[in-house]
Amino acid sequence: MASKATIITDPDPLTGKLTWDSIPVHDPVILPVMICAILGGLFLFALITKMGKWRYLWEEWFTSVDHKKIGIMYVIAAIVMLVRGFADAIMMRTHQALATADSVGAGYLPPEHYDQIFTAHGVIMIFFVAMPLVVGLMNIVVPLQIGARDVAFPFLNSLSFWLFVVGALLVNISLFLGEFAATGWLAYPPLSGIEYSPWVGVDYWLWALQISGIGTLLTGVNFFVTIIRMRAPGMKLMQMPVFTWTSLCANVLIILSFPILTVTITLLTLDRYLGTNFFTNDLGGNQMMYVNLIWAWGHPEVYILILPAFGIFSEVAATFSRKRLFGYTSLVWATAVIMVLAMVVWLHHFFTMGAGSSVNAFFGIATMIIAVPTGVKIFNWLFTMYKGRVEFTASMWWTCSFLFTFTIGGMTGVMLAVPAADFVLHNSLFLIAHFHNVIIGGAVFGYFAGLTYWWPKATGWMLDEKLNKLSCALWTIGFFVAFMPLYILGFNGMTRRLNYYDNPEWTPLLIIAMIGAFIVAAGIAVQFYMGFISFKNRKQNMDVTGDPWNGRTLEWATSSPPPFYNFAKLPKIHDRDEHHYKKEHGLAYEKPEKYSKIHMPSNTWAGFVISAFSLTLGFGFVWHIWWMVIASFVGIVASWIAYSFDRNKDYYVPVDQVEEIESKHLAAVAEHAAKNGK
Amino acid sequence: MLKKSLSLVMVFTMAFLLTGCELALFDPAGPIGEQAKDLIIISVALLLIVIIPVLFMSIYFPYKYRTSNKNAEYKPSWEHSTKIELVVWIVPCLIIAALAYFTYVTSHTLDPRKPLGKDKDTLTIQVVAMDWKWLFIYPEQQIATVNEISIPVNTPVEFLITSDTVMNSFFIPRLGSQIYAMAGMENRLNLMASEEGTFRGMSANYSGFGFSGMKFKTHSVDQAGFDAWVNKVKASEHVLDEPTYKALSEKSKDNPVVYYSDVDPLHFKKTIEKYTGVQNGK
Repeated sequence: MASKATIITDPDPLTGKLTWDSIPVHDPVILPVMICAILGGLFLFALITKMGKWRYLWEEWFTSVDHKKIGIMYVIAAIVMLVRGFADAIMMRTHQALATADSVGAGYLPPEHYDQIFTAHGVIMIFFVAMPLVVGLMNIVVPLQIGARDVAFPFLNSLSFWLFVVGALLVNISLFLGEFAATGWLAYPPLSGIEYSPWVGVDYWLWALQISGIGTLLTGVNFFVTIIRMRAPGMKLMQMPVFTWTSLCANVLIILSFPILTVTITLLTLDRYLGTNFFTNDLGGNQMMYVNLIWAWGHPEVYILILPAFGIFSEVAATFSRKRLFGYTSLVWATAVIMVLAMVVWLHHFFTMGAGSSVNAFFGIATMIIAVPTGVKIFNWLFTMYKGRVEFTASMWWTCSFLFTFTIGGMTGVMLAVPAADFVLHNSLFLIAHFHNVIIGGAVFGYFAGLTYWWPKATGWMLDEKLNKLSCALWTIGFFVAFMPLYILGFNGMTRRLNYYDNPEWTPLLIIAMIGAFIVAAGIAVQFYMGFISFKNRKQNMDVTGDPWNGRTLEWATSSPPPFYNFAKLPKIHDRDEHHYKKEHGLAYEKPEKYSKIHMPSNTWAGFVISAFSLTLGFGFVWHIWWMVIASFVGIVASWIAYSFDRNKDYYVPVDQVEEIESKHLAAVAEHAAKNGK
Repeated sequence: MLKKSLSLVMVFTMAFLLTGCELALFDPAGPIGEQAKDLIIISVALLLIVIIPVLFMSIYFPYKYRTSNKNAEYKPSWEHSTKIELVVWIVPCLIIAALAYFTYVTSHTLDPRKPLGKDKDTLTIQVVAMDWKWLFIYPEQQIATVNEISIPVNTPVEFLITSDTVMNSFFIPRLGSQIYAMAGMENRLNLMASEEGTFRGMSANYSGFGFSGMKFKTHSVDQAGFDAWVNKVKASEHVLDEPTYKALSEKSKDNPVVYYSDVDPLHFKKTIEKYTGVQNGK
């Protein structure tokens, strides 16, 4: 725990700053978690060993460069981290509901612990839940939607994933060794500087974000090139499915903004490790520069999260309204406009810093202009349903819930964009309610819609619709019960990140908010139960045709799960809704005249091994264990060189094998069609 | 099911909004807070022009065009309407244009730096954010306090704000705007109380483990009351000299209110220059 740990100024050459005191055994909250985690880990290890699955995991998953498998691993990691991040949320809500007091000591969490929790909650939810869900869904879907065999750089894709895992691991290690940052999720200096946070928490934050951020940047480059260069023959840009379009824009934003994050974190790292003064109070340091830089990344980041969700809603709305998407061109342009504007509004996160009124007015107006293309998108989804045949599947439930919830979040967002209004709403619970309103009601509902929609494509079996709808209802109600009180509390002058407060008027609303958090928890529990039941009954819920929803776009043209090469023959594109077009014209599931051999990338150990060295590199840096840092660095470079000499980078799938896989699928489709009398 | 849950949510929201009249930001005690409140109401009203139809459509469209309603029109390949496109682009543009006008105007009229009265009528209070308390210096009265301020009602007050530690934000919700306190810099915030009372103040920007205790009371009193308060502070046995300030700079949580009967008039300036001195080549 930060305040209790002794500050070590002369690290031991062997163990650095690490001592037995670094293990927080004295903490009554962390200790049981630690014991459970260790026992759970041992159990999992033993189970895999007993079942003899290590080789399978290594060969089929850990070394895989298959975008679909990498996508699934991203989603699994995100769900695990969601539990961790949500546990933090429940702790904060229960703590604040109990924390009415004049002085420190209220509730059950001391500030030294509570402040780490709200920091970890933000970091985990954005970097290790929302981001992997976005990237995971892009991995699963984008190459299939554009008719590609894989991404442009399969090895980099594997490396990106494992670097992301390293970041997530570092955050989790911090729970049991040392502490996490207690600075707020964006770690504003000088608070995050060495003078005010001499503990290792901020170092964990730095290296977790730096390493996973590099992974994200690689993903951005990878998918940008994939979408630009690897579309199926005949697919023009304006024929790309909307999810691919929004992914393209999100990846452009990644390429533009993540280097800013890398540089900003590097400068803060230099401040903390080498005593430079980029962001310190004195010697010419400028904390305002940090705040500008971090938001110059942070604002585009918000759109990296939400744009793909917008794409998901477009796909889902069109499919389940049984109608072409309304205003495709308009939607694409709206996305592009949002992408451009996302880069020029960062200052609205700190109107209260004291910039001149004209500067504030510029950024305020630029921000509210974003409401126009966003509004256009909402209208387009609404008019997609208009004169359609709306089928209320679970993914449509998430979409409808989104439309209602997100609209309210959009309104409060525009209110915050007015600088003079922001002067009283900034850093209040109104702000907290607003961004949860758009991130949960916008991005997260979108990811759940997308997971529901593409789950059969990725796994071959369907999720239980009833339980899914129940969890959607619980999430929606829970969201409103948890966050509407926070809007009110913001109006009542309650600010964020309070460990205790002496205003008993706030307590009832905080108790209601806590109840809301528990309703969302029930929604999450239902989702886990849904996953379990659906897996158990998967034999009855198989998606045999590969097109369970009567879909419109190309990904539904292959089997579920798709063969590792995706398409036996790269499709020629006729229409924006290619699969729908083919079904209409009786061209779907045609057996090609002849198959040819398929060129595929080989699996590689390199992504996993380089990332493993990155983990020890980050860990060594956090604890100032310099021999470990040097050894890890050498390890990274050596593995990379070794990989570059590896000649076994690709192979050809023989025609026989392709033919065998394809005939099986075509037979299954034919059998299914016969059974349903089509 | 969905409809039911949505109506439940609406009931909840309405119930909350109806209690809105007692909320701090809707019960401002000064002109700045008053204008901020009006601005919030104007922006909500403008936005509701588009939000209400959208919320209505988001429930009505999926309901009307549900699969089981075979009477509804079905046009599976209808995907474009210039008329609708024009409306959904132009109407939001007009609303945002109106809001942009208010934004531009209020960014200037509500600029925290803008004085609210003549210089000689304005009370100056220097504010220093510390770990974890607020130091207030009244340079004209040559007094200082920790975690408490008093201001005469209907008198413009100019707060000069800095920090002797990390970033904080100086905020008295019922009076209006907040602004960051940053070391080596002076931010200005002009506020005024138009009614008497005691208002809560706090730091709105997280600044470390003692952050939640950085709260203070603002007493808005008549001139006589203010003079009496100044005299009370003047009577204090504490003086804010070097050693006292050094002791005060130690990290402390939930600092009690302290009065200082005397203070170096250059203390505030020195606090800023402590950080900028090197930058200016001194």
